[in-house]
Amino acid sequence: MSIGTFILVSVIKIVIALVLLLTAVAYTVWLERKVVGHIQNRWGPTRVGPFGLLQPLADGAKFIFKEDLTPPHVYKPLYIAAPMLALVFALTSISVIPVGNWITVGGIQTPLQITDVNIGLLIILGVTSLGVYGVALAGWSSNSKYSLLGGLRASAQMVSYEIALGLSLIGVLIMAGSFSLRDIVDAQGGHFWGFIPRWNIFQGQIVAFFIYLMAAYAETNRIPFDLPEAETELVAGYHTEYSAMKFAMFFMAEYANMITVACLASLLFLGGWHGPLFGPPILQAILPLFWFGLKVFAFLFLYIWVRGTLPRFRYDQLMAFGWKFLLPLAIANLIITALIVALKS
Amino acid sequence: MLHLIIFSVFGLVCVAGAVNLLAQRHPINSALSLVVVMGSLAVEYLLLGAEFVAAVQVIVYAGAIMVLFVFVIMLLNAGEEERTKGSRVAMLFGIPGMLIGSALIAWVLLEHSGTASVAAGALPGPPKVIGWLLFHDFLLPFEITSILVLIAIMGAVVLAARPESAQQTKKES
Amino acid sequence: MVPLSYYLVLSGVLFACGVTGFLIKRNIITIFMSIELMLNGVNLSFVAFAAQWHALSGQVFVFFVMVVAAAESAVGLAIIIAVYRTRETLNVDQVNLLKL
Repeated sequence: MSIGTFILVSVIKIVIALVLLLTAVAYTVWLERKVVGHIQNRWGPTRVGPFGLLQPLADGAKFIFKEDLTPPHVYKPLYIAAPMLALVFALTSISVIPVGNWITVGGIQTPLQITDVNIGLLIILGVTSLGVYGVALAGWSSNSKYSLLGGLRASAQMVSYEIALGLSLIGVLIMAGSFSLRDIVDAQGGHFWGFIPRWNIFQGQIVAFFIYLMAAYAETNRIPFDLPEAETELVAGYHTEYSAMKFAMFFMAEYANMITVACLASLLFLGGWHGPLFGPPILQAILPLFWFGLKVFAFLFLYIWVRGTLPRFRYDQLMAFGWKFLLPLAIANLIITALIVALKS
Repeated sequence: MLHLIIFSVFGLVCVAGAVNLLAQRHPINSALSLVVVMGSLAVEYLLLGAEFVAAVQVIVYAGAIMVLFVFVIMLLNAGEEERTKGSRVAMLFGIPGMLIGSALIAWVLLEHSGTASVAAGALPGPPKVIGWLLFHDFLLPFEITSILVLIAIMGAVVLAARPESAQQTKKES
Repeated sequence: MVPLSYYLVLSGVLFACGVTGFLIKRNIITIFMSIELMLNGVNLSFVAFAAQWHALSGQVFVFFVMVVAAAESAVGLAIIIAVYRTRETLNVDQVNLLKL
């Protein structure tokens, strides 16, 4: 493949991935409002379009038309840059997430992934680490005590739970033997005992899955770990002083992070795009995408379900949970997995 | 050719970030310039094939150490720096001195390094091989650095804890 | 194909900027950041030489430098917080006496 073709194919994939991701972000907001509404025994949005399906469009229009206030005495360069940083890092991790096998379109073979690097998982961890800057700088530059406290708390929480997140993934890496996300999914193909799929969650990484789940809730600042942005606690935490489009960027960054984490969970623990294949070849080409989408949807539903059900942790409980419980548990999981893999081979 | 272009672009970004760190008065701007320097250094490592080192540079240096710096700047509410007499003297002698020194080093390096070229991705450093080296040939330094990190954690917790005498005087008054 | 000396010159320039920052800056946090810049310049040197001599131990050593830099910045920033609490200033020119 010549370099010109490669660049063209990559640009097309980037455009498709971004459009899909931003639509998914908008409709995850819709899903959350509907599901949390039903949990709280009320309808969610129902008026704008059938089942409220055009509500995200109405929200987008509202954000564009809202007045964009800049409070006085904010540190302007960082105040404007922080939401952009948060959104850029949230959208970057989609570039290494594979959604299917290699396909051949018009004689050109390309993976269903923007780029297949052999350190894909490390890139996602790195981008997650950089995402802390958007939050910290937004909190500091807003020149408000609520923002500063919320920003400090949120970034301390994100940094603490990153460690448990990373350690919980090492068990999966030991079993797959590679950092490339495509290789990790390929290692989960096949079945054992004929019908149980070889997903990592069934191969003994169930504890790692739960550690990952809890660390992911804390990383994305969602209930039960959303003290830094809860309304009854700190007004709105680090995005108190933001309005209109800048707030919308933080909002989109949070949901894009949720989707990235859900995609990672389904790739690493739930077998990615592996699932029963049947039917004619055209259906067999689309089914892996469907299975991947279904797993991501299930994980997002779990996210929203937990949001509607659980109360939130107090900040010291949150930090104690991350450092004193999740971290030792993740290390224990790593040691046991390493021992079992070493003894088997 | 592409290798040279990417190296030059990110090399220029590195140097611009480093010069910006010196030129800015507010420490938060210096901290963010340093993050930019570290990011472009990660790209330079990728050009040399050190993929694991590049990823660790982003995760550890840019994503954790610099976050700590930004935290401390936010916590201590560091403001803009004042120009004192000492700093003016240092700038008068230091900046030309450093320019001459670095020009000298650059000349010596360019003259005496021969024509050895490094290809893009010259020495691939996959995590597996680096892990093997770390746990076999470099096991003793690895263990010693883990003890060092433990000591650093304990030291930082003790140093940054609130002094107890302040709490006792509060109780007495 | 980039000559090795280009990487070394870049590393030298970064190190020189770090030393300059250490000498001319008066804010203690910025001085500390200049130290980190020096360490980064040295890391680039290590990786460049590792690539030239096909010795992966250069890349492993970068790993150790990063760990030591992390430990040093944690303790150093804790010291800076302690100094700020007693002296109420971050300017090194005003922290030049043992007497408060």
